[in-house]
Amino acid sequence: MTVLELDRLTYTYPGAAEPALRELSLEIGAGELVVLAGPSGSGKSTLLRAASGLVPHFHGGDFAGRVVVAGMDTREHGPGELAAAVGTLFQDPETQVVMGTVRAELAFPLENRGLPAATVARSVEETALALGIEALLERSTSELSGGELQRVALGAALAGRPELVVLDEPTSQLDPVAGDELISLLQRLNEDSDTTILLAEHRLERCLPAADRVIALIDGRVACDAAPDAFLEWASHGAPELQTPGARLLSAVGLSPLSSVKRARAALRANGMLPTAERGDRLSADSRSDPPGWRHRVRAPRGKRSTVQAALELDRVWHELANGPTILRGVSLSIAPGERVALMGRNGAGKSTLLRHAAGLMRPTRGRVLASGRVALLLQNPTDYLIHETVAQEASPGALAAVGLGASTFAERHPRDLSGGEKQRLALAIVLGDPGAPGDPGAPGHPEARSSVVPAAVVCLDEPTRGMDRGRKDELAALLRGLEAAVIVATHDPEFVAAFADRVVLLGDGAPIADGPAAEVIAGGTYFATETARILGGAGGALTPAQGAAFLEARARSEVIA
Amino acid sequence: MTYRPRASPLNVTRAAVACCWCLALALAALMLSNPVDLGAVTVAILGAGMAAGVGRELRRAALLALPLAAVIMLVNALVTRNGLTVIVRLGDLPILGQTDITLEATAYGAILGLRAAALILCGALYTAAIDPDQVLRLFRRVSFRSALTATIATRMIPILVRDAARLADAQRCRPGAPPSRFALMRAASAGVLDRALDVAAALEVRGYGAARRPPPMSAPWSRHDLAFAASAVGLLVLAVIARIGGLVPFQAYPLLHSPAGVPELVLAAAILACALLPFADRRGIAR
Repeated sequence: MTVLELDRLTYTYPGAAEPALRELSLEIGAGELVVLAGPSGSGKSTLLRAASGLVPHFHGGDFAGRVVVAGMDTREHGPGELAAAVGTLFQDPETQVVMGTVRAELAFPLENRGLPAATVARSVEETALALGIEALLERSTSELSGGELQRVALGAALAGRPELVVLDEPTSQLDPVAGDELISLLQRLNEDSDTTILLAEHRLERCLPAADRVIALIDGRVACDAAPDAFLEWASHGAPELQTPGARLLSAVGLSPLSSVKRARAALRANGMLPTAERGDRLSADSRSDPPGWRHRVRAPRGKRSTVQAALELDRVWHELANGPTILRGVSLSIAPGERVALMGRNGAGKSTLLRHAAGLMRPTRGRVLASGRVALLLQNPTDYLIHETVAQEASPGALAAVGLGASTFAERHPRDLSGGEKQRLALAIVLGDPGAPGDPGAPGHPEARSSVVPAAVVCLDEPTRGMDRGRKDELAALLRGLEAAVIVATHDPEFVAAFADRVVLLGDGAPIADGPAAEVIAGGTYFATETARILGGAGGALTPAQGAAFLEARARSEVIA
Repeated sequence: MTYRPRASPLNVTRAAVACCWCLALALAALMLSNPVDLGAVTVAILGAGMAAGVGRELRRAALLALPLAAVIMLVNALVTRNGLTVIVRLGDLPILGQTDITLEATAYGAILGLRAAALILCGALYTAAIDPDQVLRLFRRVSFRSALTATIATRMIPILVRDAARLADAQRCRPGAPPSRFALMRAASAGVLDRALDVAAALEVRGYGAARRPPPMSAPWSRHDLAFAASAVGLLVLAVIARIGGLVPFQAYPLLHSPAGVPELVLAAAILACALLPFADRRGIAR
């Protein structure tokens, strides 16, 4: 039985020059778990919005072709009617939760359908139990964490037992643990209740093992529609940027790509590239029971002992809320000039607070923060920095050039019309400033004191890769590595950390619980580890597919010599 | 100031009754003029706030209400020509002309200020202690879309406050001179529109666009529903007796007549007891 059918769908947003979707035809059957892959701007979100009826009813624009959801043609049925058959979950949980309490939020879509009170109450209880959020039912939605809010929003999407659930990057704002939990939850729902799931994600390595099928969109067209392993095979030559790290590792050593860590490891073992006892050997050699990243000794601040002045030093910094919990617990960190540091940890571990202290936006309740110069901070939402009418008014040509935004192309564009990655770069240009540029205080909207901006000694970025595809992450990593200042990035993305960081500080409950070279801290973990490290079990400290392939080749050579 | 579920009798009372109880307090504040009894209503509201666990919220509201009350008293004293007991002669002032401050105008201004403060505190108590989702259910059968729009607007306030804080933090991170207020206002307005669009899309996919009138809900009345309903009726009866029955006389002009004898004190005690007794029963309120 077909739950979603798209027939030659072509859609153009109002005012857009190019269609977002072109002649798109596909069918999704009942009970399938389908992953929608593709680079940013390929049409994934538009396809999901077409399935929920927001396209064209909410967004307007030119719509040609036909979309049928659970037997309802979306040209004749709006999102309100389709809501009975389609549950929808977007990226940002904060704007999807509209009621005051969790119970009311779960009841809201059911009450909109005019269901009797008893049915509403029963469905709310059942949904809460299924998602494990029954303890939250009486809580105020304003008190929930991002992960909890996303679960509640998913509950609201599922409460009416829809035939189809569409999810647009639901894990992009979650830490790895909460993200994995959400994917597991979706898999369980799919298996237990035969709910059809259509999931758009950039971090394919997280969701491919659960998928029945992958649809890759490129430029609004279906470029590949296949099972996960076949999709990875296609991606290896058709769209390398969509390959998972594990698939790239296997391709690099001449094996067919596979979609799960377990099967990839088995393939390496079957081909004699990874001994069966590899993990045991490593652990016995280390004579320690924990993975190395988790037992690495936390560094003491280098401050006075170091011969080089630290770019940033936090000395026993505490942050205790007046009527709330303790966010930072005596954090001591020393960041050397030019050092690239990744700050990792679960949501609420204190990463953002630590960066705010570094930049002087907050004052420690105890302890002190010392910086050798200006600390630039790029907060999570780059749009908050954009207040002028043109890109040229936001930042000088020198600053734009430093972040790869050519003034000739971007100068006269409106900052809010830029893509997500471009906004990120522009916001980075704003906080970095351009010390060498001559200022023109008389120009309207011109950042008057730009000419006197001192170079940043430390650049901090809070979750800069949210919602970015791999290509943009690689560009950002290259950009950050090119900066002279020390760079600290708070992130949940171990693949980005592997590409960017020299050192990783893992925060847990407001204090560093591991601090060391990236290869040590994130090679041996589970949630905070790259896929390559998980496949290799942390062997050789390899984090990226290239490092993993080099390690395996070196091992093979040494075995031949032996 | 937003609602948070708390373990208090007022929180677990059905919204219809809780709203009526708050309305009864507000009506009592409007109907009573004797300062002893009006003061009793104000104290009852503050006591109810503390018993409902929203004392902090009411304190914040009081910080807004007290200066407003002082302004009302001052304005009434300056502009009212009634009253025979002159306490200060200010002479010929610009705009106001010959100005004498009388005891009666000052006292009545203080009563008006106290009444305004009581109404603000009552509004704060309603906002902080009564579940807006239940209020939405209450009114959605009458006018679903209006009720929902009002509730969503309330829900947007904390989101917009957080957005404003984020925007302010981002601007503090900009090197150089701070941007103009106009530019900030423009950016904030654009942000509000973006947020409103996101929330509107979320409402659409939750079925708001095709919302139907919900069926009536029937739930048994709890002991707290009954207690607060009785309290609301009691408060109204006391206020009506005092107002219409002339139990507690009050006259501001031309000479102040505001007795504070046994009837006034008895009425004040009755108001306090009637308003606060429902909080004494804390059975079945744990969350």
